[in-house]
Amino acid sequence: MVSSLVIDNVTKQFGGLIANNNISLTLARGEVLALLGENGAGKSTLMNILFGHYVADSGSISVFGESLTPGKPQEALARGVGMVHQHFTLADNLSVLDNVMLGAEKLARIASGRAAARERLATLSSQFGLTISPDALIRSLSVGEKQRVEILKALYRGARILILDEPTSVLTPQEASALFATLKRLVTDGLSIIFISHKLDEVLAISDRVAVLRQGKLVFEGATREATKASLANAMVGREVTRIQRDGGSSEKELRTELLQLNNVSADCPDSRMPLDQISLLVRAGEIVAIAGVSGNGQSLLADVLFGIVKPSAGTVGAASPRSTSSTKKQSVARIPEDRQHTGSVGDLTVWENAILPRVSDSRFSKWGWLKRTNARAHATALVKRFDVRLSSIEQPIRRLSGGNMQKLILGRELSEQPEVIVAAQPTWGLDVGAVAFVHQQLLDARARGAAVLMISEDLDEVFALADRIAVMSKGRLSDAVSSAHWTRESIGLAMAGEALAA
Amino acid sequence: MNEILLLLADVDFWVAVLRIATPLIFGTLGVLLCERAGVLNLGIEGIMVAGAFTGWLTVYLGGSLWLGVCIAALTGALFGMLHSLLVVRLPLSQHVAGLGITLFATSLSYYTYRVTFPKVESPPKIESFAEMNWLPIPILSQQTPLTLLALALVPTIGYVLYRTPLGLALRAVGENPQAVESQGIDVMRLRTGAIVAGSALMGVGGAFLTLAAFNSFFFNMVNGRGWICVALIVFASWRPGKALFGAILFAFFDAAQLRLQQSGGGALPYQLYLMLPYVLSILALVLVARKAAYPQALMQPYVKGAR
Repeated sequence: MVSSLVIDNVTKQFGGLIANNNISLTLARGEVLALLGENGAGKSTLMNILFGHYVADSGSISVFGESLTPGKPQEALARGVGMVHQHFTLADNLSVLDNVMLGAEKLARIASGRAAARERLATLSSQFGLTISPDALIRSLSVGEKQRVEILKALYRGARILILDEPTSVLTPQEASALFATLKRLVTDGLSIIFISHKLDEVLAISDRVAVLRQGKLVFEGATREATKASLANAMVGREVTRIQRDGGSSEKELRTELLQLNNVSADCPDSRMPLDQISLLVRAGEIVAIAGVSGNGQSLLADVLFGIVKPSAGTVGAASPRSTSSTKKQSVARIPEDRQHTGSVGDLTVWENAILPRVSDSRFSKWGWLKRTNARAHATALVKRFDVRLSSIEQPIRRLSGGNMQKLILGRELSEQPEVIVAAQPTWGLDVGAVAFVHQQLLDARARGAAVLMISEDLDEVFALADRIAVMSKGRLSDAVSSAHWTRESIGLAMAGEALAA
Repeated sequence: MNEILLLLADVDFWVAVLRIATPLIFGTLGVLLCERAGVLNLGIEGIMVAGAFTGWLTVYLGGSLWLGVCIAALTGALFGMLHSLLVVRLPLSQHVAGLGITLFATSLSYYTYRVTFPKVESPPKIESFAEMNWLPIPILSQQTPLTLLALALVPTIGYVLYRTPLGLALRAVGENPQAVESQGIDVMRLRTGAIVAGSALMGVGGAFLTLAAFNSFFFNMVNGRGWICVALIVFASWRPGKALFGAILFAFFDAAQLRLQQSGGGALPYQLYLMLPYVLSILALVLVARKAAYPQALMQPYVKGAR
């Protein structure tokens, strides 16, 4: 049997970093291969080489028995390799049909064959159960629908090998199962699929074989049925992974102090983000409340309101009860923003400058408008040590740090002040497993010493692992925060999709 | 009120409107091509000056009028090439590169003019385009063929944009260049092509001034028309039909203020009337363009492989 795809000894180096080290893989017809690996393990590099965006230093790739000229995306497309990128490559203000037709015809043609294209799109839609209106503008579609367009785009171009890069990261559980059903239909039809992910449950559910990359090397390859969640996780990280899980909930008695209260908060923003519609929420000392939801449902605006960047148009945000410890002094709130590179830090400033940035006017770090540089550096050095930030010097600009180390520094900066309230927006987004565990442990420690933690997250594993109570955000509205024991993945998924929003 | 009705019924008035609108139509369509591809081209003002100059010079040196138009287009295309080299290939700031091209093209034209004609008292004249008296359509018959060309370009560009694969790729590249690249189309070439074609149209828009509206080249003759086009395209929501409408609307105000200057009889300083079309355009812009859907990737340089 001829393999659909053979990747033979591919090596790619960027400067001193070996992104792909002698990787060989095969993909059979009608097979789903899961490609696992942490961020920076080399998954994207490998796929970009396959797709012709990068040229490998050595090694070759062949598709259906014929070798592929390196560096020619056009050729990869023509040979039936289609890719569904994690960040959709769709033009928002164009219609579905426009997006599907883009690049499918020779540019020099004097007229588009729109009628024929429409018909073919309809055929593909019904053949694979991917219903979509061809004239809808992309920007009016939901994320799940956009992904459908991406898959249709690849099929329209005659893809026989479909690469899906982190396809479920933006989907509700229900949308994800619909996607899996689609993938099953595709493989039955003889397509081969490469499924890139770091969610182990999904990989075990959907794939026939698994390949794991770590630091540019292929460290595991084998049939999915012989793998377990633990074995795959260990292969990915290269050591035993300890999962962080909260202990039982604090008793109601301990939870008497209400530290953060949102009362019917509404807000809208001049940019196109989802407005907030009458959000009420209470977070008490010693608990973690998670706000789950698919991104783009108002979470980022809510975070901005909590951080004081956006002023709500109605309602109040503040310390809750008169018994609150913060009634006499200014309540201390730790802010862990979603975008650690742009909001959480200033890339070109040094690590020590970033470490004191929110508190430059604090008497510890400045006097009469002059920085106390010695104190600031000492503070930064202490933080780096205590929060295990890996760096060569506190004088380096913070943008040179990896995402995990940057996040550790931001956490350290905020949590070392012993805040009463912690607002963490997507605190582990894009971090590797080790850093995720660290962040989780820090949030749990803060909870243990009696802080009120509000965590906004799209990662349901994270939500269930940490949260005492969970509220779900959908279309700018927030459900009641209910004890996490009352939620199931299914009920959360429905709430994320905006159905059955608990009254 | 009566006077306004009289004005609207006056054929000569509409002839003037269309004449004033012509360079704006060329310019706005040029800006449309550039911006639909995601590139701001503030070189337009200078490119119009350069087109006006080279077109005129060609005819002055004995070339035919249509050769003049071609040379003006070529001049525009060359500056467009320079602009795309700066902002697409390198990619530098589109604002700075565009303004630089405007300053460069303007000064170069004036300099060459001065060097070529060091001692002229009044600007040398050429025989400009004649009116199309043979045409049996009332207002159009008093226009030059360049106006007809401008009007014909509107549906042509509309067709290319909305009915051809190339136009689809062009619209997409201004929305999301990654989408285009991932379909195996070269973003750099597409954007370069759009800038070059758009700049050629700007050059022709300039040449209209020297080859049809007037018959000589003088300093300051473009006089901000390029900037008007940059504003008009927002008003037009980047659509060719609306661009035509916008150009005619501005020209309408401009022609009206010229009339007012004559009939107003010095009661008000004439500068006040000169201001009128700009004030009204800003008002129109405020009303229409507040919810304008900009091409999503406008002014975003595309670096291959970067995310």
